Amino acid sequence: MNEGFFKTVRLAVAILLSLLLAFIIISLVSKNPLRTMGLFLFGPLKNVRYLGNVIELTIPLIFAGLSTAILFQANLFNLGAEGIFYFSGLTAAFVAVLVPIANPFLHVSAAIAAGAVMGMVVALVPGYLRAKWNASELVSSLMMNSILAGVGLYLLNNVIRDKDLTEIASLKLAPSALLPRIIPRTRIHLGLVICLCFVAGVYLFSRRHRIGYLLRMFGFNHRFVEYSGFSSFSMIIIAHLLAGFIAGVGGSVEVLGMYDRFRWASLPGLGFDGALVAMLARNKPLPVLGSALFLAYIRTGADIMARQADVPAEMVSIVQAVIILLISADRFLHGLEERRILKKALA
Amino acid sequence: MFWHLIFSSSFLFSVLRVSTPIVFAALGALISDRAGIVNIGLEGIMLTAALGGVIGSAYTGSAALGLFFAILSGVLFSAILAWFTLKMKTDVILGGIALNLFASGGTIFLLSILTGEKGTSSSLPSKVLPDITLPLIARIPVLGDILSGHNLLTYVCILSVVGLWYLMNHTPLGFWIRAVGENHHAAESVGIDVFRIRFAALLMSGLFAALGGAFLSMGYVSWFSRDMSAGRGWIALAAEAMGGGLVVRTTITAAFFGLADALANTLQTINLPSELVKTIPYLGTIIGLALYAVRRSSREQKKGRS
Repeated sequence: MNEGFFKTVRLAVAILLSLLLAFIIISLVSKNPLRTMGLFLFGPLKNVRYLGNVIELTIPLIFAGLSTAILFQANLFNLGAEGIFYFSGLTAAFVAVLVPIANPFLHVSAAIAAGAVMGMVVALVPGYLRAKWNASELVSSLMMNSILAGVGLYLLNNVIRDKDLTEIASLKLAPSALLPRIIPRTRIHLGLVICLCFVAGVYLFSRRHRIGYLLRMFGFNHRFVEYSGFSSFSMIIIAHLLAGFIAGVGGSVEVLGMYDRFRWASLPGLGFDGALVAMLARNKPLPVLGSALFLAYIRTGADIMARQADVPAEMVSIVQAVIILLISADRFLHGLEERRILKKALA
Repeated sequence: MFWHLIFSSSFLFSVLRVSTPIVFAALGALISDRAGIVNIGLEGIMLTAALGGVIGSAYTGSAALGLFFAILSGVLFSAILAWFTLKMKTDVILGGIALNLFASGGTIFLLSILTGEKGTSSSLPSKVLPDITLPLIARIPVLGDILSGHNLLTYVCILSVVGLWYLMNHTPLGFWIRAVGENHHAAESVGIDVFRIRFAALLMSGLFAALGGAFLSMGYVSWFSRDMSAGRGWIALAAEAMGGGLVVRTTITAAFFGLADALANTLQTINLPSELVKTIPYLGTIIGLALYAVRRSSREQKKGRS
């Protein structure tokens, strides 16, 4: 049993245990537990629309996961993707509403680019504070989230809000700025292709590019990076800019792909989910795909369960927390690993 | 108009009121940090305790039992965090993040099961803790208006500050906690049980944060609403860092953020955009954090040169 296999076993056991807990909760809460569990586990497979929902939800989770993974692997505990998703999405909506560009390709590109730049600018605040003065990026990024939510809501309400509607929503986004649907009978949009490109890009960057390699090394030992001629300062800034860029594109793509108006009156929660995805994927780009898909699947399952049975969808957050706790617990299944090492030593 | 609002006894009264949960959480941040464990779960503990208090008091009909349930649920929650970080060697930051997400979703889940609603607990007949009129002090003009008539927990909070100060500086336990936090190998070598000290510190951390959470749903307002801790746990962590782990300085910094919070509440009553005004405490925290970090790093540079 090699180490990779051991990690897979741990992951599987963690998932099974958390699903077991979900079943216990369901049987305590639901009047018809078997049916409810069935909806939770297999609901998303029932028809094309539900499967589409899974993929639609996977897209922002991949962006958020990639963004957070870049920071986490450099040992930067920054949870700012949440605010960036919101604010960059809003920025893209501004371009989509206020800037008239007839050509769809140019309009979409301009809106996403504006969101991406905004993401980098926003990420620079906690990044610079950490790089220059060693101020906790965890706290400052969380404060930024609340600030961006407030400022964003103000801009939404006062600049691009559609005053004819009772709910809080922007004016209609110009059709030329919307991402086209790519799979019939679902709402899966071109963002899927964009996010897959990002997965490949981040993978190549971290494997093939010197700076990508240094970023990974930076997480293990920042002195090593300093020996090779880069300062910690520049590493922290680069990590934040990259993360801000990816989260910025993610927020823009989500708004332009899924909505006809900007409708987030509060933070969408997608950024924090990015932390979950990154943790499940152990901060590596390719596994981000799988963990985002897994998370999207159980979320969609929970949603279907909440709509068609009597258990609230928030049950899924309990499942997620248990998975994370078990996976990040070094001692979990420790005995099993010890036996593996012992066997290897004796062989 | 503006200054009139700020320099009034009712404003200063509200500063004390609004500071209460932040100071509680900051005390919680302090005690675990001094033991060498950063308690990222404060936010989740507050939220859990806030709901625990509402459910406990609604089903027992007693505010005191509600408070007991709030404390119990908060301490239990932090025991889970302690067990995972200390025993299972979970990364303390990841574990804390996981538990905060758990609390955020879990409280809504429970609320929805019990009331069928996901926003607030207003349909539950939960109780509030009493306001206390201080004898003698209440009769002093101005000062009495500021200091008297607060919720029970505000006074508990003031006593907690004194108590924690005494604990940290004048008791063996305080000494052990500091020793473990500064160098746990050295502490171990002189026979201090590092695991037990840290566990105890995290439980006390949970106790303080739970009191802060109880105040939110049983004193500040009389109901639970989703994510009502609203970043106070994080603001408390910033306050503790800026206070340098010292009880009095941490309390003052936390009260400073309380002031920003009270300011935001007051400014909403005059014609300023409420969305922007609500960001003041967070803006204040980020600026405070930055100023503190600049000062610290320039001091370190000086030290390095001399």
